[in-house]
Amino acid sequence: MRWSVFLAWGLLLIAPVASALEWSGNVALEARIYPQSAQFTGQQDDSLSLSLQPKLAHSWNQGTDQFAAELFLRADPENDNRQHADIRELKWLHVAGNDEWRVGIDSVFWGVTESQHLVDVINSIDRVEGIDGEDKLGQPMLHYTRLLDSGAIQAFVLPGFRQSEFNSEEGRLRLPLPVDADRAQFESSDEEQHVDLALRYTHFLGDTELGFSLFKGTSREPEYRTILVDSAPVLVPYYAQMTQFGLDLNSIVGDWIWKWELIHRDQSAGSFSATTAGFEYTFYAVNDSAIDMGSLLEYSYDSRPADQAGPFNNDLFGGLRFAFNDVQSTEVLAGAFVDVKNGSKSLRVEASRRVGDSWKLTGELQVFTAIDGEDALQAFERDDFLLVEMARYF
Amino acid sequence: MLRKILLAALLAGLPVLTMAQTPEEKGLQIAQDADAYDQGFVDFTADMRMTLRNKKGDESVRQIRIRTLEVDGDGDKSLSIFDEPADVKGTAMLTWSHGLEPDDQWLYLPAIKRVKRISSRNKSGPFMGSEFAFEDLGSQELEKYSYKYLRDEPCGEYQCYVIERVPAYEFSGYTRQHVWLDKEAYRMIKVDFFDRKGEPLKTLNASGYRQFLDRYWRPARMEMVNHQNGKSTLLEWTDYRFQTGLGENDFRSQTLKRAR
Repeated sequence: MRWSVFLAWGLLLIAPVASALEWSGNVALEARIYPQSAQFTGQQDDSLSLSLQPKLAHSWNQGTDQFAAELFLRADPENDNRQHADIRELKWLHVAGNDEWRVGIDSVFWGVTESQHLVDVINSIDRVEGIDGEDKLGQPMLHYTRLLDSGAIQAFVLPGFRQSEFNSEEGRLRLPLPVDADRAQFESSDEEQHVDLALRYTHFLGDTELGFSLFKGTSREPEYRTILVDSAPVLVPYYAQMTQFGLDLNSIVGDWIWKWELIHRDQSAGSFSATTAGFEYTFYAVNDSAIDMGSLLEYSYDSRPADQAGPFNNDLFGGLRFAFNDVQSTEVLAGAFVDVKNGSKSLRVEASRRVGDSWKLTGELQVFTAIDGEDALQAFERDDFLLVEMARYF
Repeated sequence: MLRKILLAALLAGLPVLTMAQTPEEKGLQIAQDADAYDQGFVDFTADMRMTLRNKKGDESVRQIRIRTLEVDGDGDKSLSIFDEPADVKGTAMLTWSHGLEPDDQWLYLPAIKRVKRISSRNKSGPFMGSEFAFEDLGSQELEKYSYKYLRDEPCGEYQCYVIERVPAYEFSGYTRQHVWLDKEAYRMIKVDFFDRKGEPLKTLNASGYRQFLDRYWRPARMEMVNHQNGKSTLLEWTDYRFQTGLGENDFRSQTLKRAR
């Protein structure tokens, strides 16, 4: 944490001197409103915070050499834990014919489904920023890609594990007990220094695309163990070693896009499988307007016992995506998860719209309802929230 | 002697044969000649500034870099990299166009570093909120239309063929288009678009043509006016470069996230 903040500000200071570099990014003001009283004593209600995400890029040798840096900083006066900085990207890319090398800190996205990202395991999740798994911590890596005739092979060496940060005891959207990340436990005696390895092969078959992946190393998904600190129970994250095989498939048939992700994970405590499968069907030019409406349906299953599985262990996700195709690029995505077995529901609406040339207004509404006492979302039950963000892009 | 008479009769008959060409045949011939004229450019890159204007005169600007790779026997491959507006900076769109088959299309979303395959069967939707539909900006393959010659007509500083083309693509947003092509170099000067009900919808005017590599003509300005909603979109093209050395690897979904 401390070193990343230092590096972040250091880069910010150096950057303007190098005029050949290309600057971009955004600064955003975020308000979160929690209309319900907190489930746990001492949890805050509303919050106002500021984030800064500067990006720096430079390319030379006709783009066969590229440098990219991206930082993320958030200042939240009322929640110490949300006050954080991360190097999302700090890498050098070199391309030579069909070979690509990436060295440094980077983010990688694997997979095809919308409701959750099972196959995507290279980066640790930034749990302080969001609950959808799409905010990720930068991961140090050596990443080699070999382009093939209709696909690619990628190999990753991942030295050093990035530990998730967790919302503090006073923060909303936290686990039922406070998490003490400083006491995190690791299966490997190398702890955070364990070097993880990954391979990925992607294949293009026209309308169908396939991905196979293999990951061997520290699991990015913490398990939790309860310990007593000063005779008070706290959770400590436990990071197991795992070997995960992943498959993802994306197939276009007319206006249908079929998506499937499957994982099988081996850990010393046992093995399990999980899957997400579904489709997106798009209705174009609804009622002769410019609006396109996509309908999404995905089902997720996790073979672990309910108390060990993730929140979407037997859940159906349905959603509607509206693209207004207007000058302001207005978009709305509304979706709901329903646990098929216990009926717990989690609803979410996201909307965004450009304002003027360089501002963007985003709204997010999250509602948890009929949450079952045994469901993994139980601790969030009273954490419905409305988020409004105004961002200035530069 | 007889042979000479026969030959003379044949020669005399030739113009008659040409005149016997149906308007459909002549329309196709013109389209084929125009297509042949633009073959062999290999690749080109250009900067495109897109200005959207509404009825009240409010303007909104997009800045996009375009790269195109010619593909023999199929539609071209093209890459669009967005620089403005700032919130979409770094977004890139890759299209492998295929005559009458739906294109293959991918989008790179820099915010989540995700390359996403997108459905491209519908090409009639607006591009970036503009008055240009995806199909107006796509690769113009011969088999995408059936053709009919209408007339010859002066068009500004040029003499033009006017042809009608009817989209063969099932999901096109148009019933027909009238296209003005100049007789000298088949430059597209003007296009009238008719909507699904057959009503006049939009008019495209292209101007400021410049020639590259002593052969390929490209316009500096393309203005699309929508007659039904009063909006217009101006495309201003700069920094055209031909045969820049781009290759297949620059137009692949696997390399889309490093497109700069």
